[in-house]
Amino acid sequence: MKKAIQIDEKDNVATVTSDVETGETVEVLSPDGEAIGMPKLLDPVPFGHKLALVNLEKGDRVIKYGEVIGVAAKAIRVGEWVHVHNVESATVPTSAYKGERG
Amino acid sequence: MTEFWGFERPDGSVGVRNHLLVLTPMDCSYEPARKIAAQVEGAVAVTQHHGCGYDEMVANALIGTGRNPNVAGVLLVGLGCESLTSEILAEGIRPTGKPVEILVIQEEGGTLRTMERGVRILQGMAQDVADLKREPFPLSRLKLAVECGGSDATSGLAANPAVGVAADMLIDEGGTVIFGETQEMTGTQHILARRAIDEEVGKAIHAMIGRQEARMRAMGVDSRFMSKGNVEGGLTTIEEKSLGAIRKGGTRPIQGVLENSRAGLDYPSRPGLWLQDGTGWDVPSVTHMVAAGAQVVAFTSGRGSTTGHAIAPVLKVTGNPKTYEKMRDNMDINAGTVLDGSESLRSVGERIFGAIVEVASGRKTKAEALGYQDFIVYSTSRIAERLLGFC
Repeated sequence: MKKAIQIDEKDNVATVTSDVETGETVEVLSPDGEAIGMPKLLDPVPFGHKLALVNLEKGDRVIKYGEVIGVAAKAIRVGEWVHVHNVESATVPTSAYKGERG
Repeated sequence: MTEFWGFERPDGSVGVRNHLLVLTPMDCSYEPARKIAAQVEGAVAVTQHHGCGYDEMVANALIGTGRNPNVAGVLLVGLGCESLTSEILAEGIRPTGKPVEILVIQEEGGTLRTMERGVRILQGMAQDVADLKREPFPLSRLKLAVECGGSDATSGLAANPAVGVAADMLIDEGGTVIFGETQEMTGTQHILARRAIDEEVGKAIHAMIGRQEARMRAMGVDSRFMSKGNVEGGLTTIEEKSLGAIRKGGTRPIQGVLENSRAGLDYPSRPGLWLQDGTGWDVPSVTHMVAAGAQVVAFTSGRGSTTGHAIAPVLKVTGNPKTYEKMRDNMDINAGTVLDGSESLRSVGERIFGAIVEVASGRKTKAEALGYQDFIVYSTSRIAERLLGFC
């Protein structure tokens, strides 16, 4: 089965280690190598991109490396692709990356 | 308690290698220095390319390199008309108690006489060094520098977090870890400051990253923005990108910011995790962390960086299994086993920790076996620093 890695045990997102299609399930591995879930993907998620491990409401913190990397710009369901279309940075608006950047 | 086997120096520091350093204050005297070093086993010649005027940052880096415990003895080879003299460097290195000799080409009477005397001096040092024996020391005597170069999507996913596990293990056993590359900390100052041991260190972290952002702005670059390639690779925010880089330093409290500027070069004053205010260019970053006392370097690279260092073993860790297969000659550790789930981050981190201890005890890294002797001194622009009010 395809894998996703949770880098820090506090993380609520995991990074897939290969391209995953909608409807596929991935095995999520903790930093200690334990299988901590097998979510079904709601979107295609390319290698190196993230999926949600829990349901997030708008404004909820997105945590990777045990730290806040941004906040949910809208509700995000378990297994959904987490990226610039649904996360805002506290530093630079991710809208800057959604279209062509000047 | 884990121990490593090193060489104790007269000042109580512990080297993991027994290099003889042929140090030239500037590049004019480098050719004879290189030829002298080539005649004596274990000797290495280094120089810098910022001219012969007195540049504090350059002087500090060269002195720090000479002071590093991996160096058993120093031969300075100068030309004679430089403002950054061998004597200035020797004064900085002598307090360590290791042998320091000076040759000046214009005083010796040319290249050949300098080379002959140089080889004789160095050969004498080599014979003294040969008597030194490795002894066991606690990890509280070991300083590790962590660095990344030639990163790809596996760096933040596998290699950096795995090196971070090893960094935490080293610190938990009383060791020291240094990480730098201030430019890569953009957007994470609030996170790093929260990890600082006190408010003062937190302020120093904000000030350090703020200065770097100001330098970038002065160049017309907003360093808070990522490239299109970063976003396509899966990085969502600048915080995520920077956290992926700084994760190689692990997760322990930050003891302080190490000055690495015209004002001085700080050495870690106690064990734990330290930030060095340094360049994001990998080889000079390693050079300056080694100048600050690191004896071993762990270097992550997704695409496959091949560099080493003149006086410190550099352990190459890749998170990319294809790079590991293609470049086994260069890569010491395959952290890419995390990707297919065959190994956990923690397990790879433990393997890296074990390799660090073995390398510190004498095992050669791939870069050492290949004879890599990278060394680049970095200096900020005095003009820019003055215009920005930083010096």
